[in-house]
Amino acid sequence: MRPEEGTLISRAQAMAALLELLTDQPVVVCNGFPSREAQKIADRPTHFYMIGSMGNASAIALGVALAKPNKQVITFDGDGNVLMGMGTLATVGALKPKNFIHVVFDNEVYGTTGNQPTISNVVPLEKVAKAAGYVNTVRVLDRDDLIYEFKDLLKKDGPSMLLIKVNEFQEEAERILLDPPDITKRFMRAIE
Amino acid sequence: MIESDVFVQSLQDLGVNFFTGVPDSILGGIIAELMDRRLYTPAVREDEAVGMAAGAYMAGKMPAVLMQNSGLGTSLNALISLNVIYRQPCILIVSWRGQGGKDAPEHLVMGEVMPQFLDTMKIPHRTLTEKTAGDDFTWVAETFRKQQIPVALFITKGVVKGLHP
Repeated sequence: MRPEEGTLISRAQAMAALLELLTDQPVVVCNGFPSREAQKIADRPTHFYMIGSMGNASAIALGVALAKPNKQVITFDGDGNVLMGMGTLATVGALKPKNFIHVVFDNEVYGTTGNQPTISNVVPLEKVAKAAGYVNTVRVLDRDDLIYEFKDLLKKDGPSMLLIKVNEFQEEAERILLDPPDITKRFMRAIE
Repeated sequence: MIESDVFVQSLQDLGVNFFTGVPDSILGGIIAELMDRRLYTPAVREDEAVGMAAGAYMAGKMPAVLMQNSGLGTSLNALISLNVIYRQPCILIVSWRGQGGKDAPEHLVMGEVMPQFLDTMKIPHRTLTEKTAGDDFTWVAETFRKQQIPVALFITKGVVKGLHP
């Protein structure tokens, strides 16, 4: 059993706190429940919801960040996703986009498929990001810290990673409502 | 043989303004030219390159992804469950290793099945030749704009000048 179990907030609680601090920044949300929860908490045209291509959220966000260097670009990612696309930590660390904030909701499981364990309980992903060249990396365990740290990262040059330890709770959240081509069009218009 | 700078200029003339990918020897001259022009963002895996290109597209760029054909295998899921279903086009510049069965063993299977492989995924493709280059580039740009999905241009050995002629 994890030492902090029972004391952690849920991903949805963490996400809600972050979304309150965001306005019109592009947010690329990884596939599975993170996208569904973001849609439920605050559906904004600046959100790009992924419904497939697991592991690719950070690469998509990196493409947006490189093409729009004057916009702060956020990605909401999960531990399973980061592990799958771990090479992208290296690409981000090497390219060092200042406008890139990588938020990782780390619940140590593949939640969408039935809570099979990942290996993030023994692989500290924010340390991997730091070693790869991210400028700022922070691990937080509770809501107050996460608000404080996220506000701070919004003011700093990145690339930054905010890793939030969350519990395994999943919100009741329906599937993504828009058709994928409409998500693309809406996102493109919103970040123009 | 097409010079690398002519190849890159042709893509730029079509409006392509974001280049990423993973190298191959056949593409060596093109990538060197892109790096000279400070246009190339290197990726560590082909599916990552496809993801970056998708992000760049949504941010207003016209992206191209360079890769060896083995990278099509690595990119398969991103190409179909990102680009195709979300209607996010990109230009795939794919070196055709293993064409005609003359290459190292690891290239032979993909080299033989590549066109059918892309047909199965419903990704349009064409093979660049020196004679038809003008038409080939125009076709790529039109397909990109009309179909809004990935479109592949195959580069066979010796058609574009490499690093070691």
